[in-house]
Amino acid sequence: MSKKDDDLDYETTGHEWDGIKEYNKPLPRWWLWTFYATIVWGVLYTIAYPAWPGIKEATPGILGFSTRAQVAEEIARFEDANAGINAQLASVELTEIAQDADLNQYAQNAGAAVFRTWCAQCHGSGAAGAKGYPNLLDDDWLWGGDIEAIHATIAHGIRNEEDPDARWSEMPAFGDMLAEEEISQVVNYVMSLSGEPNDASMVAAGETVFLDNCAACHMDDGTGDRFQGAPNLTDAIWLYGGDYATLTETVTYSRFGVMPPWTDRLSEAEIRAVASYVHGLGGGEASVE
Amino acid sequence: MGILDKHKVLETNATLLLICSFLVVTIGGLVQIVPLFYLDNTIEKVEGMRPYTPLELAGRDVYLREGCYVCHSQMIRPMRDEVERYGHYSLAAESMYDHPFQWGSKRTGPDLARVGGRYSDDWHVDHLRDPQSVVPESVMPKYGFLEATLLEGEHIGDVMATNAFVGVPYTSEMIEAAREDFRAQADPDSDFDGLLERYGEGVNVRNFDGQPGVSEADALIAYLQVLGTMVDFSTFTPDASR
Repeated sequence: MSKKDDDLDYETTGHEWDGIKEYNKPLPRWWLWTFYATIVWGVLYTIAYPAWPGIKEATPGILGFSTRAQVAEEIARFEDANAGINAQLASVELTEIAQDADLNQYAQNAGAAVFRTWCAQCHGSGAAGAKGYPNLLDDDWLWGGDIEAIHATIAHGIRNEEDPDARWSEMPAFGDMLAEEEISQVVNYVMSLSGEPNDASMVAAGETVFLDNCAACHMDDGTGDRFQGAPNLTDAIWLYGGDYATLTETVTYSRFGVMPPWTDRLSEAEIRAVASYVHGLGGGEASVE
Repeated sequence: MGILDKHKVLETNATLLLICSFLVVTIGGLVQIVPLFYLDNTIEKVEGMRPYTPLELAGRDVYLREGCYVCHSQMIRPMRDEVERYGHYSLAAESMYDHPFQWGSKRTGPDLARVGGRYSDDWHVDHLRDPQSVVPESVMPKYGFLEATLLEGEHIGDVMATNAFVGVPYTSEMIEAAREDFRAQADPDSDFDGLLERYGEGVNVRNFDGQPGVSEADALIAYLQVLGTMVDFSTFTPDASR
């Protein structure tokens, strides 16, 4: 293809455009050898790793590489490394976790990781909660704040259909049962319990409505009942809001907060770790013997 | 005639070069693509996969329309950190009824391949209405209009027929009952026995958005709540060599 140019010592491509000729110089040797090396590398790679399609399956490669095996191996490596302490965490009495410094440190850190992965979406990354999702930093608990109660709540959840052991209670929608005026009265009474500004003329009538309809769960004095997850109405802590409009909505339509069960998704050690973490956030209560 | 001279014939005939280039590309394409349709180790058979119900399919269309895939992937990669965070890595068979699949390539938000059952319906309603109310650090836009937009489902049978055309095993009975099933799934007081018979006992029948009527939020939440839940990993162990 190429021919010598008489005027020059270099070979040209033989093409000529308006008197301009193109040199035909060889590729740099380092480049050429690198190119050949990549071809060899490519062939060896397809021998070493899964590559060529056959009749039923692709060649597995002589190294036996498998992404799935690799991830299974890595997970197993970490599980083995923590197997001892996880077994200890899953078997000791819940109240003993906080007594053992090493175990407690592991539970707090593992629990924090579990919390940020699975719980933060509802309860907030700092556990301060949101409207409808309880704040876990304070000492106001709906279903109990000792380690056993927290553990049971996490394991089985609240008002879900998946777990038969889920905590369950259902506030009726009083919009069907009470007149609007009665709802207004009882809302004013509830606001008076926590010292919020209210219409004093309705409080007395509201108390009657409360005792007839609400006291069975929220108790005569409005302090609530943890066996039924009935909130304490006398403090300033509100899950959905303590203003007149929100309370009217709550009484009229009721609330039905759901928490999923975690026994299927998390191991017992992970549930205990996150229970320890939540218990240790500040509001955890001592267990009653 | 040396090989270089033969190559010169190609280079100097544009049409011949075009034809031969096309041949080379075709062979390359066939070798790469065709084996995927018949090789045993590309798609493994798994139990539990079923086509989406009409309501879930409508929710999937909302997901596509709103471009959720731009920020959310649906593909848990086989890596320890992803498996620990999102659950079992995704299997090819889990997106076998997705046309097109929603694997995505960008995670501004978290992966959604196994979001089903992870949160309550109420959480999804709160979160779609105002994501920052539950996740203050989120940058997700608000989708409150979804619960205000009611769906009649008048086209859902056609959507299913189109999916059936590209290989989703919708039966003619399913397509005929499409609107009935569409309404039944979002109404726990309805007669939804037919829906369960056609799509399995595991179908979620709930008023997903807690409001009367079938809204786009009902459809989208029904879709989100089924993602990644069809295969029961307590009874299924994937072949490690695949």
